[in-house]
Amino acid sequence: MSSEEQKDFFEKSADSKYAKKIGKYTRLKESAIKFFFAVNGAMALIFIILIFIFLFKEGFRALEHIRLLDFLYLDRTDSAGNVQKVFEWYPTSDEARYSLVPLLLGTLLTAIPATIISTLFGVGTGIYLSEVANPKFKEFLKPAIELFAGIPTVVLGFIMLAVGASFFNDLLNPANRLNAFVASIGLSFVIIPIIASLTEDALHSIPNDLRMASYGLGATKWQTISRVILPAAFSGVSASIILGFGRAIGETMIVLMCAGNASNITADIFLSVRTMTATIAAEMGEVSQGSDHYYALFFIGIVLFTITFFLNLAAEIIINKMRKKNTF
Amino acid sequence: MELKKRKKDFTGALSIGIVRLMFFFLVMVLILLLTKIFIEGIGVISLNFLIDEPRNNMTEGGIGPAIFGTVAVTLLMILFTLPLGVFSAIYLNEYAKDTFFTRIIRTSINNLAGVPSIVFGLFGLGFFILFIGKNMDEVLQTGLLFGQPALLWASATLAVLVLPIVIVSTLEALNSVPKSHRDASYGLGATKWQTIRNVVLPQARPGILTGTILAISRGAGETAPILFLGAAFFLPNLPIADLCIGGYCIPIINPTEQFMYLAYHIFIMATQSSNPTKTLPLQYGSTLVLILLTFLLNITAIIFRYRFRKILGRL
Repeated sequence: MSSEEQKDFFEKSADSKYAKKIGKYTRLKESAIKFFFAVNGAMALIFIILIFIFLFKEGFRALEHIRLLDFLYLDRTDSAGNVQKVFEWYPTSDEARYSLVPLLLGTLLTAIPATIISTLFGVGTGIYLSEVANPKFKEFLKPAIELFAGIPTVVLGFIMLAVGASFFNDLLNPANRLNAFVASIGLSFVIIPIIASLTEDALHSIPNDLRMASYGLGATKWQTISRVILPAAFSGVSASIILGFGRAIGETMIVLMCAGNASNITADIFLSVRTMTATIAAEMGEVSQGSDHYYALFFIGIVLFTITFFLNLAAEIIINKMRKKNTF
Repeated sequence: MELKKRKKDFTGALSIGIVRLMFFFLVMVLILLLTKIFIEGIGVISLNFLIDEPRNNMTEGGIGPAIFGTVAVTLLMILFTLPLGVFSAIYLNEYAKDTFFTRIIRTSINNLAGVPSIVFGLFGLGFFILFIGKNMDEVLQTGLLFGQPALLWASATLAVLVLPIVIVSTLEALNSVPKSHRDASYGLGATKWQTIRNVVLPQARPGILTGTILAISRGAGETAPILFLGAAFFLPNLPIADLCIGGYCIPIINPTEQFMYLAYHIFIMATQSSNPTKTLPLQYGSTLVLILLTFLLNITAIIFRYRFRKILGRL
């Protein structure tokens, strides 16, 4: 029976006299249960929409008191009458400054090195797991990676603070003991498992025929990996890197504990920086509700949400495209 | 010709060697760090450490209230998130057709998993405390009881945070029940609900359990969202209240109080204690307890899933 005929058959049988043997009460009960589950599904969706609404509702109220341009810089006129652009985050001083530039730079200065390190090690580990490792060994390694991905971030922050910071302080002698570099190493521990397991998935989904064809043409193992498997899995691997980058931007505890929390405008990775997430975490507890500062922190939340939302969306689109392409 | 081939093989072998080296380097670093925590922390852990309260400006004593708080919050969190997550997954997998509405739910659940955890904290503050809590106080005339950071709102926020984990793993579990089993049930005259209750859910139970355990482990380890939702620096008294009905009183978790939290406790001791070097052994001890807790939960989940997949593979 084709699916069209099947549908027709079921519709007819639902109207037949036998179908009516199901009692009225049972039918009512069945639809009540269906309704109950539908309500739950709708509630899950409502919660997601509410996050969106409340974040934006509170955040946009910042714009009632703070101009959008103030989130970029503040014009300060000095005694000589010269106008100077000030890029500072100083919401508690008398002349409150709300520039997000140092926070954005701080976020990028921790997230980009972390993503670079994690791409190197994550993709390497993914290749190892999918192509090099003994299959029996791999069956044990995949859950182990999952286990390490489950380490709470506060633990990683603590390790970097207690062990990592001193180690890199002795090794590299940076200007600040807690700096963007230490934070990005800590972030790498979170992101490497993400990139590794998604890369492994992407490589694993490449059909074996491609490998066999490549070997058949006389290619060595590494030639097959680098010129056949990796290009074929390119979209999956890049999606994993984007997801890792999004995670690095949104991570709070590690940067709060290890990045030093001084809002410097710098490109020096060995200086203390302050990220957007750490700013919210450090200041939300002490701010008085309803003040400009309070709404400004929600505004940072909007910026964070928007950045990670688009990164996740991009990764999802790439992965969906890959799935369609890979159905050989 | 022969030379060229050898050269190629050499770079290939070298590259594979580098990949292998990278992997074992990572494993070494992780093992070293975990060993360090284990060696420094194991000496601190004793029964007294697990049940005592912090004393003497947190330089002595144990982490009893923090463990209690963690258990209380995750317990409430699971109570909130499990029914909602499992029921929504049942709706999505068993009842809903592939419509625009269900596709929106699926996409938003996927995106919810990628939202930074600190943003959930903002949501908890704006929605649960300032909107729901404040309005509850006005309606119930309770003064300032619900409209402030409390255990209840921390668990509710964490419940939303782990919702995608529960939904996705339940969907996976439901999806893996073969269609033929459903058809057989319908063929015997069972209704949809009877089929779900008697055929689908029993088979999907280990999968749902896996998701629940993973959600607990994630919730117990999260710190960022509860920073301003009621996690307290130091509270010697457990958040317990007596619920009295008639003459009988039973102690229950008081959801309107603040609480200590193991992950938050580590953060506070590591960054804001008056004497970080003196509390260092305690920090290692608390960290070891948290790691052991999450590892134990995750290993249980992995074993459950492994056995679940094995059973399904046999069918």
